[in-house]
Amino acid sequence: MSTQPTNKPNDAHDGSGSEYLAFTLGSEEYGIDILKVQEIRGYETVTRIANAPEFIKGVINLRGIIIPVVDMRIKFNLGTPTYDQFTVVIILNIGGRIMGMVVDSVSDVTTLSPDQIKPAPEMGTAFNSDYLTGLGTVDERMLILIDIDKLMSSGEMGLMDRMAA
Amino acid sequence: MTIDISQFYKVFFDEAEELLAEKERLLLAVDIDSPDPEDLNAIFRTAHSIKGGASTFGLNDMSEVTHVLESLLDRIRKGEMALTAQHVDAFLAAKDILKMQLDGHRNGADVDQEAVANVRMMLHDLSEGVIVPTHQPTVPSFLHAEPKQQVAEGAHRYKIELPDLAKRDVDALVDELGLLGRVSVVPLAAGRTALIIMTHESLDDIVAICSFVLDPSDLKIFEAPPLTPEQRAKEAAERARIEEEQGYGFFDPADPEDAGAHEPTEDELGYGFFQPIEQIRLEAGIVAEAPPPAPVRPEPLEITEVAAEKKAAKKGAEGAHAQGSESSSIRVSIEKVDQLINLVGELVITQAMIEQRSSGLDPMVHQRLLQSVAQLTRNTRDLQESVMSIRMMPMDFVFSRFPRMVRDLAGKLGKKVDFITNGAATELDKGLIERIVDPLTHLVRNSIDHGIEMPAARVAAGKSESGRLFLSAAHQGGNIVIEVADDGGGLNRERILAKAKENGLAVSDNMSDADVWQLIFAPGFSTAEIVTDVSGRGVGMDVVKRNIQALGGTIDIRSARGFGTTILISLPLTLAILDGMSIRSGDEIYILPLGFVVESLQPARADVKEIHGQGRVVKVRGEYLPLIPLYQMFNIEPRLTDPCEGILVILEAEGRKAALFVDELVGQQQVVVKNLEANYRKVAGISGATILGDGGVALILDVAALLRSSRQLSDESVLF
Repeated sequence: MSTQPTNKPNDAHDGSGSEYLAFTLGSEEYGIDILKVQEIRGYETVTRIANAPEFIKGVINLRGIIIPVVDMRIKFNLGTPTYDQFTVVIILNIGGRIMGMVVDSVSDVTTLSPDQIKPAPEMGTAFNSDYLTGLGTVDERMLILIDIDKLMSSGEMGLMDRMAA
Repeated sequence: MTIDISQFYKVFFDEAEELLAEKERLLLAVDIDSPDPEDLNAIFRTAHSIKGGASTFGLNDMSEVTHVLESLLDRIRKGEMALTAQHVDAFLAAKDILKMQLDGHRNGADVDQEAVANVRMMLHDLSEGVIVPTHQPTVPSFLHAEPKQQVAEGAHRYKIELPDLAKRDVDALVDELGLLGRVSVVPLAAGRTALIIMTHESLDDIVAICSFVLDPSDLKIFEAPPLTPEQRAKEAAERARIEEEQGYGFFDPADPEDAGAHEPTEDELGYGFFQPIEQIRLEAGIVAEAPPPAPVRPEPLEITEVAAEKKAAKKGAEGAHAQGSESSSIRVSIEKVDQLINLVGELVITQAMIEQRSSGLDPMVHQRLLQSVAQLTRNTRDLQESVMSIRMMPMDFVFSRFPRMVRDLAGKLGKKVDFITNGAATELDKGLIERIVDPLTHLVRNSIDHGIEMPAARVAAGKSESGRLFLSAAHQGGNIVIEVADDGGGLNRERILAKAKENGLAVSDNMSDADVWQLIFAPGFSTAEIVTDVSGRGVGMDVVKRNIQALGGTIDIRSARGFGTTILISLPLTLAILDGMSIRSGDEIYILPLGFVVESLQPARADVKEIHGQGRVVKVRGEYLPLIPLYQMFNIEPRLTDPCEGILVILEAEGRKAALFVDELVGQQQVVVKNLEANYRKVAGISGATILGDGGVALILDVAALLRSSRQLSDESVLF
């Protein structure tokens, strides 16, 4: 089965700048390290998991492996969760574990140099600021940069066993 | 010719290990008072085969031990000595030593030389009073030479008849002469030996070398006429064929020509691997002077068949040129098999997809396509079954190691134990077999140590002096059930409860027995004093339980005070593929492992009863079973809420039964089990997932957990 090797990024902020995948949730624009992204797919029918939190939509078959899909819009109360042909699932590879993340839309891939990244304020987003790495500015846009690794492995998401124990 | 000898070492090691295991099994089975000559022969043969192999590979320490062992065995076998328990003990000890030496050669493990010496001494003492033959009458023919020097045309062939010499000296001589050319050893009558040498060196050189060891005047040397060109060509071709086949020319398999020329002795057939390569020349040249070795020991005919089969198997194992009738098994690395199984798993999913997609087609228009699909379905299933069976191994693989352990442990503890196994032919996935060994060893040991009482205590309790330890395996539904039972003292409820309280576990005096027994699996019980008594067992039971659960199995204890304890382990047959029944509830499809399904039925309204505050029960064949509505357990949007409109699937697990209420049965299929934890986590009530024909995912229900939670549902009305 295809287990993608974990592409270890050079810890996001080295001299040359890093690439971020920008996506929207409601009216906010977020960015995650592109190296954590395996692929982007359309939304397909998921198999619901009984008694799981609402934001865990269920599991899908990704070419023979079973992966969970979470809806960030439900998790963070952003936007209205609609599922149509435009709904996008970002497939992430977090330390060898594959998972899908439903977002409103994916805009582009942006390179941010370290001086474009400002430290995140203590408040202001739906995310716990622990999971933010900073705010990136690209022209008039502002990207909220998320430490997706940390977020997805957190107990809050309940995606991994050790947290559930 | 350069050859990679290491692969042959490996084959020898594997074979020797098998032989040692076989020997142990035979030794344990032998009836000391009236040993079956057939068994004695078989034991002798294992020792002899190991010796042959060990000497060929120059593992002298092993061949020395086997030699002493063999001499003693030979005397017993011939009836010159009666078999005693002492002998059996000594033979078992020798087996252990050989195993140690084998491991020493194979893995570089430490060899306790003192123990080796002790065993040799012991064997020697046992055969005392009789002169142990100094050299080997039992090896019919034996080849020592290393074909480093290719013997070219025009070489001389000499036959050297040696006087009565010690085996050591003969070996030394063979080594020396091996430097000159090709040498083979042929035993002659009256325990003497002859050497055949093929060399370019002059006769004088040979005599000079021999004179290091013996008086040249005792030697009889004949020069054999050189081979005719035809003979030589034939021989060269034969040799080339053999070398190509086997990678080297050490062992000349019985030559058809040769076999035609004279009736091969049983020895030769049985140990054909070690036949001298010079046999052909012997035939051609000096038949009169070198008669085929007389059968030193008569052996029953069937033995030769067994040995011949073994030989064939070994050839196959060497990956040699398969000669149809000769190869009956091959050794393949387990990774290759697993890869094959994975691929077949994928194929099964693809096939299911095709089947499903084609099911919507008009059968009139697409008749031929649909026929082919049906054919594909059949073929895939057959393929899957055959592939899965590769990994299946008989439980005997596990069981066979216990008789020895039981014997030793019982002896050490001064207890008498009759060990009985049943169902050793039951097949189980290799992966499971390997991982069940440790837990089972533990349970067997516990049964002897703590379960079965001392003979005196047993007699006082009105039982027979020797305890019974019963180990069995059997298929039950989709599972294999392994049972370790003893007729010992049973578990002591009071002590377990006391110990549990001491450990701060939540217990009450009116717990059911089954719940009390489960306490011994709690981690705190492992090193408890409780094990000192007959009643308690507990060393590492938590580990046992964890291991079994990791294999997808369950463990259950039944015990009655004074009557013994039975531990039941239930394991899935294989981890990869499962026969499932797909069921629908609301809009969702789930898979039920077929092994848990007893039956399915539509209940009559009168049979469904409400128990106030405890949910519903249904009467099935005079039995009231709790009714578990799946939609309620899994919060499914229900389509049906009345059990009389839907279907009840009666499930049985861990001795409990319940009726699962679902909307409808969809179908029955084999599913490839996918792990949910790989990318997600364990989900209560779900044991895994699988991919359906349409590419969607269906979850596999964890029946045991469902039934457990159903009990809680009625007890405390909580889910999971």
